[in-house]
Amino acid sequence: MIQIQNVKKAFNNTEVLKDISLEIEKGDIFGIIGQSGAGKSTLLRCINGLEKYDQGSILVDGTKVDIKDKKNLRNLQKRMGMIFQGFNLLERLDVYANVALPMKFWGIPTNTPEAKEKIMNLIKLVGLEEKVHSKPRELSGGQKQRVAIARALVLDPDFLLCDEATSALDPEITKGILALLQKINREMGITIIVVTHQMEVVKQICQKVAFLSQGKVLAVGKPEQLFVWPKEREIRDFLREESDKLPETGVNLKLFFFGEGNQRPIVTMMSQELHTDFNICWAKLEDFREDVYGSLVLNMDEKDLEKACAFLDSKNVTWEVIK
Amino acid sequence: MSGILSSTGMWEIILNAFKQTLYMVFWSTIFSVILGFIPAIILTLTAPDGLKPNKLVYEILSFIVNVFRSFPFIILLVILIPFTRMVVGKAIGTTASIVPLTVSAIPYIARVFETSLRETNHGVIEAARSFGASNFQILMRVYVKESIPRMLNGIVLLVISLIGYSAMAGTVGGGGVGDIAIRYGYQQYKTDYLIVCSIILIAFVQGVQMLGNYMYKKMS
Repeated sequence: MIQIQNVKKAFNNTEVLKDISLEIEKGDIFGIIGQSGAGKSTLLRCINGLEKYDQGSILVDGTKVDIKDKKNLRNLQKRMGMIFQGFNLLERLDVYANVALPMKFWGIPTNTPEAKEKIMNLIKLVGLEEKVHSKPRELSGGQKQRVAIARALVLDPDFLLCDEATSALDPEITKGILALLQKINREMGITIIVVTHQMEVVKQICQKVAFLSQGKVLAVGKPEQLFVWPKEREIRDFLREESDKLPETGVNLKLFFFGEGNQRPIVTMMSQELHTDFNICWAKLEDFREDVYGSLVLNMDEKDLEKACAFLDSKNVTWEVIK
Repeated sequence: MSGILSSTGMWEIILNAFKQTLYMVFWSTIFSVILGFIPAIILTLTAPDGLKPNKLVYEILSFIVNVFRSFPFIILLVILIPFTRMVVGKAIGTTASIVPLTVSAIPYIARVFETSLRETNHGVIEAARSFGASNFQILMRVYVKESIPRMLNGIVLLVISLIGYSAMAGTVGGGGVGDIAIRYGYQQYKTDYLIVCSIILIAFVQGVQMLGNYMYKKMS
């Protein structure tokens, strides 16, 4: 478990992290999302000691991340693999040697049969067994990131930190990388922390997410709770919700569908029951991991509102009146 | 003017001179690469984006490198006479000329290596740090290892300019192909010497460049 408590950090005189507190449970895929410049990469780099923080504390399974305590920090870094937006592979080493590199830093022999088997298994895990002796320049972006993932796993880490790992990849390749990360999380029990500005990433794999804005945690929770109908202005701006363009007359009522909710013909049922018509003026359906979540905005006359709400309550549909 | 074929002894003289050129260029390259590597490493470490940034050390060393680089070689040759005598025991001759050649090449190679090393992708260094690599490991396994092809290119440039400088070293009795070209070809109007020497130098430079390109491809 990673506990981040009241962490503050400033570069020169600009505060980039303003009192951040977060808890990342073991086994989670935890997303940190926000606009660029929100401080999310800096926060991630503080977690594994690439960057120091000024105040507060970061505890990894109870051990404090402190860059002055070099020995301790090294041991923590061993437990936290990291992948990057730019892949950061060594150009002159082939796939095998790149994956083996962290072992060399730790003085672990890489030519024993066990070491070879381990490295080959990781290369197989990321699906590059045919590219073992290729140099990075012969690989595509997605393949490079796969090598980086194998490299990040070679020291048997408990955590995998991903810094905008899919931001340089196209959507199809991104899906493949995300599926691989999910597999690693599920099969190897590795806690994954994903820093990204891509909504798709959070929706596809994160069980929990923190939204960062200007160095502060604006909201933490399940992605579907945070993003289906966000209350915070910044999150709405981030998602570019179209909710500003709703009709000005009548009342706008927003309905939420969580999971199986969208299987029921709520709108037609309500229309028949209340003997009135509604305008559907905005709607959205989204996949969050395996489930579909959605929201729908209906425009109706003021007089129908009370009955409509009662009806929705009786059907256990979550709603909200938009002002 | 004697014909090329009839000039007995010309080939012998030129072959001998070529050996001297090789000797001077080879040893001054070896020494300057070894001795230039050290300041290059210090410059890389203490640079603002280095592993141990230190403005004072960087600026001072950088200044010294610039001072030595701005000396015209011919002046360096003269200034260094006492030093050369101290190192080799004499100030004139092929071996003696290795000293000024090396001294002039050290700051050059220091700068070339520094540039090569600092071109290393910063993200790769960061990745190494994230896996718990020590500064020394980053220096050797990342900076140096990733920069080898670029440093090799620098060495090729160095060898080529040392071939040129070694001709000037003839003025302190260094001998070599350039020296023959001047003494026989220019001063004694023996055009055949001049032509053969020039062809040898061109072929030599070309050969070094081709070998360098081949190795760069192999290494990167």
